[in-house]
Amino acid sequence: MTAPAAVLLLLFHYLPTLGNVIAFQDYNAWVGDSVVDSFVESPWIGFGNFAELFEDPLFWDALWNTLFLTLFQLVFFFPLPIFLAILLNSVVSARLRTFIQGVVYLPHFFSWVLVITFFVQMLGGAGLLAQTMHEGGMTPWNIMTNPDTFFLLVTSEGVWKDVGWGTIVFLAALSGIDTNLYEASASDGAGRWRRLWHITLPGLRPVIVLLLILRMGDALSVGFEQFVLQRDAVGYQAAEVLDTYVYYHSIAVTDYGLGAAAGLFKGAIGLVLILLANRLAHRLGEQGVYAKS
Amino acid sequence: MTTLPAARRRARNRPAWEEPPSLIGLLGKGTVLTLVVLAVVFPLWSVLVTSLSSRQTINEAGGMVVIPRGFDPGAYVTIFSGGQVARAVWVSLIVAVGGTLFSMVLTVLAAYGLSRPGSLFHRPLLFLFLLTFLIYPGLVTKYLVVTSLFHLKDNLLALIVPSAINVFNLIVVRAFFMNVPTELVDSARIDGAGEWRILTQIMMPLSKAVIAVVGLFYAVGYWNIYFDAVLYIDDNNLQPIQRVLQSYILAGQAPQVGVAGSFSVMPPTIAVKMAVVIIVVIPAMVVYPFVQKHFTKGVISGAIKG
Repeated sequence: MTAPAAVLLLLFHYLPTLGNVIAFQDYNAWVGDSVVDSFVESPWIGFGNFAELFEDPLFWDALWNTLFLTLFQLVFFFPLPIFLAILLNSVVSARLRTFIQGVVYLPHFFSWVLVITFFVQMLGGAGLLAQTMHEGGMTPWNIMTNPDTFFLLVTSEGVWKDVGWGTIVFLAALSGIDTNLYEASASDGAGRWRRLWHITLPGLRPVIVLLLILRMGDALSVGFEQFVLQRDAVGYQAAEVLDTYVYYHSIAVTDYGLGAAAGLFKGAIGLVLILLANRLAHRLGEQGVYAKS
Repeated sequence: MTTLPAARRRARNRPAWEEPPSLIGLLGKGTVLTLVVLAVVFPLWSVLVTSLSSRQTINEAGGMVVIPRGFDPGAYVTIFSGGQVARAVWVSLIVAVGGTLFSMVLTVLAAYGLSRPGSLFHRPLLFLFLLTFLIYPGLVTKYLVVTSLFHLKDNLLALIVPSAINVFNLIVVRAFFMNVPTELVDSARIDGAGEWRILTQIMMPLSKAVIAVVGLFYAVGYWNIYFDAVLYIDDNNLQPIQRVLQSYILAGQAPQVGVAGSFSVMPPTIAVKMAVVIIVVIPAMVVYPFVQKHFTKGVISGAIKG
């Protein structure tokens, strides 16, 4: 019964993974009649594609943009769902809490096109904010096309879309904390902040560590559509990330070997990062993604 | 584990150890949560109101409308009288319905297979699925496999088949199947039930909640397809709705609305643009309330176990 799904994975996940050997080829899609022929007939060039990649300043720009955005989002986005979850958890009325949860989960189901459309309509040049500022006699500023503040824009879009969804896992962890701990500490005289610090946050620690590790594995994927969609508006200097680099410098110009090299580089770094993070988690006495055998 | 669910207990009254909140604390909390809710509701509201406003109202407001005045469904009539938007809605519906069915059948079958520890190649297969979390296949080679090996360019199957299996969803369903008591399965087997019967008459009815949630995830995923369409679909008649939304609003292209065949190329009025946004939002909004209560259960069981 597992077979059909397994076959799909083999064809569309593992076959492309193996196909990455074209990173070591001067792959030419036109030398053969089929993709297999082209593969057989394209010459092997060792690390030529990687050399080309590492000599391309645009690649390094894309890499630094990616890393900077990851780091920025780690610091300014990652803690927000934890904060919101604790806040939501403290809402006494169950009905009110369910309502708020329902509302804040919603944007997670919107596509990036839709999210960016909302931002354009609210904050863009012809949006509601600009409209209001205009009426108030102020000069409207256009956030959507400013490369200098692009990292802020991207992060706020991400927050708007996913901060609510991110609370789910923390809310579950919060409801799993033994309330006897709270009772005992309260009778020992711990105030609400002490309880937050000594019971709530330690209770969330395993989940926080797990999510941080998973985030590490994705350090080089800040998201794709979000950047492709806004690259024209702010320019490639600000909006080029690794994924968009691969698209515009490889698929769009049919230089497949180069793109495969970039993909392989990205995959390898991601794998190393996630394994490192997991090892670090074990060292800190946490369970991590998989338990240490 | 607590004896009483914390949520229910809190609903009745505040637990003994929790002192009543200070006024400032209450106000602060209220303000933050109200702002969070407004941040989601307000854009939706103003887009909806604008899409239903008359041209005159929109002109007076200078763009987006916030306070409804002068109801006019004209934008929706224009869109559904034919043309690119109406066509794209159909394409997206076909992809979403077909894709979700396809994904669900494969996911449930695989999840069932992987939930029975004795089944053939159980461990290597499970490993094969979990390893996808660590290995990134790369954009280029996947593109080559889809377009050059399977020749799926300009074929709606390219939007469905290559990414039909979401391993995360599969793990969620599997976790639910594993929670079904073995005794139940064993007794059914003694009564002569085969694997199919066990799956369809025991496992699936007991896992309705998770099947609904995972179904919604798949459906939303298919409805939201944008970049795969950029990669694999060049034919204008096969573009899904997200691509059309992007070209109308973000790229500011003139839409082709009006009677099918006659291309009346006119700049989209703001109302028409906003109506497209609403059309894109609607499907999720319709299904959402039915599955919302299952989210937590569904997401957590998969996320933590793995």
